[in-house]
Amino acid sequence: MLLRVPPGAPAALKVLAAAGAAPAPVRPHLGDPAEGPELELDSGTVLFSANAICQYFYLCRGEEPTDLTTQWLEWEATELQPAVVAALYLRLVQGRAGPDALGLLQHLLAHLEQHLARSGTAHLAGDAVSVADVVVWGSLFPVLQDDTSLPSELQVLRSWFRAMSLWEPCRDAAALLPEAPRELRAHLARRPPPLPTPQGARGGVPAGRGRLAGAGAARRSPGSPQDEEGPERAPSDADVAAAVEMWARGPAALPPPRQPRAPVLPVEGERNVLITSALPYVNNVPHLGNIIGCVLSADTFARYCRLRNWNTLFVCGTDEYGTATETRALEEGLSPQQLCDRYHALHADIYTWFRISFDHFGRTTTPQQTRIAQDIFQRLLARGFLLQDTLEQLRCESCGRYLADRFVEGTCPFCAYAEARGDQCDRCGKLINAVELKDPRCKVCRGTPTVTPTQHLFLDLPKLEGRLEAWLERTWAAGDWTANARHITRTWLRDGLKPRCITRDLTWGTPVPLDGFRDKVFYVWFDAPIGYLSITADYTEHWERWWKNPQQVELYNFMAKDNVPFHSVVFPCSLLGADDNYTLVNHLIATEYLNYEDGKFSKSRGVGVFGDMAKDTGIPADVWRFYLLYLRPEGQDSAFSWADLLLKNNSELLNNLGNFINRAGMFVCKFFGGVVPAMALTPEDQRLLARVTLEVRQYHQLMEKVRIRDALRCVLSISRHGNQYIQVNEPWKRIKGDERDRQRAGTVTGVAVNVAAALGALLQPFVPGVSAAIQAQLRIPPERCGLGPGLTCTLPAGHRVGTVSPLFQKLEPEQVEALRQRFGGGQVSGAQAKQPPPASAPPPAPTAAAAPGDPKLIQELTEQVAKQGTLVRQLKAAQVEKAQVDAQVAKLLELKQQLALAEGRSPEVPKGKRKK
Amino acid sequence: MAAAVRGTEELELLERLLGLPGGNKYGVQGERKVPVLQTNNGPGLMGLMTIAAHLVRQARKEQLLGSSAEEKAVVQQWLEYRVTRVNGGSSKEDTRTILKDLNMHLEDKVYLAGNIFTLADILMYYGLHHIMVDLTVQEKEKYLNVSRWFNHIQHYPGVRQHLSNVVFIKNRLYTNAH
Repeated sequence: MLLRVPPGAPAALKVLAAAGAAPAPVRPHLGDPAEGPELELDSGTVLFSANAICQYFYLCRGEEPTDLTTQWLEWEATELQPAVVAALYLRLVQGRAGPDALGLLQHLLAHLEQHLARSGTAHLAGDAVSVADVVVWGSLFPVLQDDTSLPSELQVLRSWFRAMSLWEPCRDAAALLPEAPRELRAHLARRPPPLPTPQGARGGVPAGRGRLAGAGAARRSPGSPQDEEGPERAPSDADVAAAVEMWARGPAALPPPRQPRAPVLPVEGERNVLITSALPYVNNVPHLGNIIGCVLSADTFARYCRLRNWNTLFVCGTDEYGTATETRALEEGLSPQQLCDRYHALHADIYTWFRISFDHFGRTTTPQQTRIAQDIFQRLLARGFLLQDTLEQLRCESCGRYLADRFVEGTCPFCAYAEARGDQCDRCGKLINAVELKDPRCKVCRGTPTVTPTQHLFLDLPKLEGRLEAWLERTWAAGDWTANARHITRTWLRDGLKPRCITRDLTWGTPVPLDGFRDKVFYVWFDAPIGYLSITADYTEHWERWWKNPQQVELYNFMAKDNVPFHSVVFPCSLLGADDNYTLVNHLIATEYLNYEDGKFSKSRGVGVFGDMAKDTGIPADVWRFYLLYLRPEGQDSAFSWADLLLKNNSELLNNLGNFINRAGMFVCKFFGGVVPAMALTPEDQRLLARVTLEVRQYHQLMEKVRIRDALRCVLSISRHGNQYIQVNEPWKRIKGDERDRQRAGTVTGVAVNVAAALGALLQPFVPGVSAAIQAQLRIPPERCGLGPGLTCTLPAGHRVGTVSPLFQKLEPEQVEALRQRFGGGQVSGAQAKQPPPASAPPPAPTAAAAPGDPKLIQELTEQVAKQGTLVRQLKAAQVEKAQVDAQVAKLLELKQQLALAEGRSPEVPKGKRKK
Repeated sequence: MAAAVRGTEELELLERLLGLPGGNKYGVQGERKVPVLQTNNGPGLMGLMTIAAHLVRQARKEQLLGSSAEEKAVVQQWLEYRVTRVNGGSSKEDTRTILKDLNMHLEDKVYLAGNIFTLADILMYYGLHHIMVDLTVQEKEKYLNVSRWFNHIQHYPGVRQHLSNVVFIKNRLYTNAH
């Protein structure tokens, strides 16, 4: 028997441990550069699956597989292993912090915890260590290393893991591979990166590519941004020296506090940053995805810019014109203006609650909008960039107006459905051109509209294409555009630009100032982006110093990816054509989508959390901000999940960040009477300063590139370093020791509280309320609240801190579960399931055992079915909670089955019951 | 492209093949639609391979899981290969790798575990059916060992059931192809 084990393969450990447990121990050959472990049996058969090898050793011990061991092995191969490989890759190859990597595993760890807790034994299957324990332990060990990296709420798992790590075969296996992390890294780096496994995704990669499979299929993702960074590096001597120097500079290293000016205007020779966030459409309440996609991301960046003392203007407002508003106003019996007033206030309230720091939150229904939009239009007209053409449109003579698509109904030309809408048929789902509807009806008066040719104006995009491309080339060379923004723009250009209609037959809009078109308004896509300019004009009469000043102003546009073409192609074309030295976007920052639990946010289905409801959850605005920014869909879609919110709140905010800051402050209060003690830095302290300074530098680099979510990870790493530092140095013990120990306790406490003060500033863009609380508790004077280039001693010995109290509160599972139920969401996923897979209703009492054909039973059951049917209909009509209805429906089906059995029919199995 | 046999459907085929009375309740869980066998006591069994092995034991046909330790490990290995690699949603490239792997492995074997017919053959057959249906004559010839094996398994009594018969041509057409 020959066992070959490449020490770098993630599967090496379990094979070695199982071999160690085999009756006749096998000496492994280490160092074979194979893809994974393999066992060559005397018969010549080669086992290439690590789990099968482990199973083989256990079979040799006489331990047959059971349902449970097989189940764990299968789970390990299909669920755990892909996630572990992805986590290791993230950490070792891409150098992301441990907790990031662990995040990928969280639902799997929870599954293990639950199983262990429920089974009541100390092992995964049966009463002793089985192949299941070895395989799962071997898979987890490389990521966890020791049980303390497991979240403390996973108590049972922690003790299982510790016991396994101490079990002799496992301990020996781990000792055989002392260099494992390094080898592992080399091994992983040679392979294609695992597919991204977003939080909670149970998809994943077949990581167990056997050696038979695709050896050497080395494809690497081209230019994935993490590649440049490399792993977390230990600070060099030079780093340490620089950090010590920075520390010694004290508050002098901080930028002077910002002098707020109103209005904010560009200043020559300074960095002038103009930030816009996509204008939310007025009659939709924004959901969490909208909030993280634009306003919250833009706010975080704006706050960062202000902290850097850059001259920053952040504007946004509601987009109010258009058909949708008109329709909605009609429905609600209001005038469009009344409707907009109402919803504008609602939006403003939501953003205030989220602490969005707009310099101005305006709206598009202003005189400035009319003036500026008409000016741009006139300039385009004068320069020959507008075309005139005829469109065929439906006109309702009795209402005296042209009908927008959503004001028409009729018969679908494809499937003859009688109530097709003007833009789409609800039955066959095909897109419809309103003029193609058969028997069209006006939705308002039910009259028959007629097809009428009408004149419209078009922006001649093909004519502007050359200018656009020249501009894009320049701006792309110098600016930070997210990859998706560049990609979407390129796709648009590749498909070729066509003239776009800029006028609409509506009344609720900016009037077109041209004879022959005076009864029309501008189409919203032309009009709305001009809102950025008009809202600024509403803020200051000197708006042109921002918007006609590309030499001095840097413009950042924040949006979700669906909005990219309007900001990268269409609006720049309007401004380039108008040719008035407009400030065009320098940095276009687009996010991907945020999903809700397993699906999408949906107002109509009542699924998801909407801006106005976040407040009602009782969860503080800063926790929402933190979690949304932590999840920010940078680079790929991400998903909001309640269980994850709980985990991040309790692990990152409470246990990591809050715990560190609170302890640092408490030590000052408890041990030093509230006064920062004297500090005498040892090499160990200096290393901590260097580590923190490296993280701060990284934070700045990422923030400058608007990689907000990654920058937040740096902040969390700093407090993690801080926690470790306190843990290792144990000031609470040393304070009770001799003079030297007490001095050491002083130094550690002093350094820690200064790190906490730095965190106060670093957190400001993300969680301004928490930041202010830290600064108030530590009594940091305003001139020392600035954000420096590294860690500096802002709270010198003798500084008196205030009252220190906890910053965060624990979220309880019941609380979060209640919220999840209230706001809807997908099925409970494996990680959160408190119960085994939904068992069907308890088996009916054995009445059905009576012989088929019993007339009394049949009659009884028929009555019961009828009664139950009525109940279900009543519940449905009363719109009772879905779960309740479902339970009754299940009962009804059960009864029907019994009836069928009693009648001697074969019961129909309800098909398609398990819909998603 | 032909639709893959779904996990729960596959288990029903297996039940019939094993001569079990049926009546087991199956569900699916999670995004990957992992089959779950609901049992009266306890949380139920999860996973295609786990449930399949359970059914085999229930039908007292343990020989289908292998007899010696070696055979058992080999069966386990191919079942694992089946659930991790041949999972229904594979890309063209993955499919090619799978066929290449199997072709190599089956070069000197009648069945996946050597000379005995096992559960590994059954599940691999169900898992590959949708792939084999779509292969061209030329591809079938390229993966000759897989074709021979597949043809053999689909004629094994009780295996194929309602699945379509995949046609293999006896004489080679593309002798110069490789």
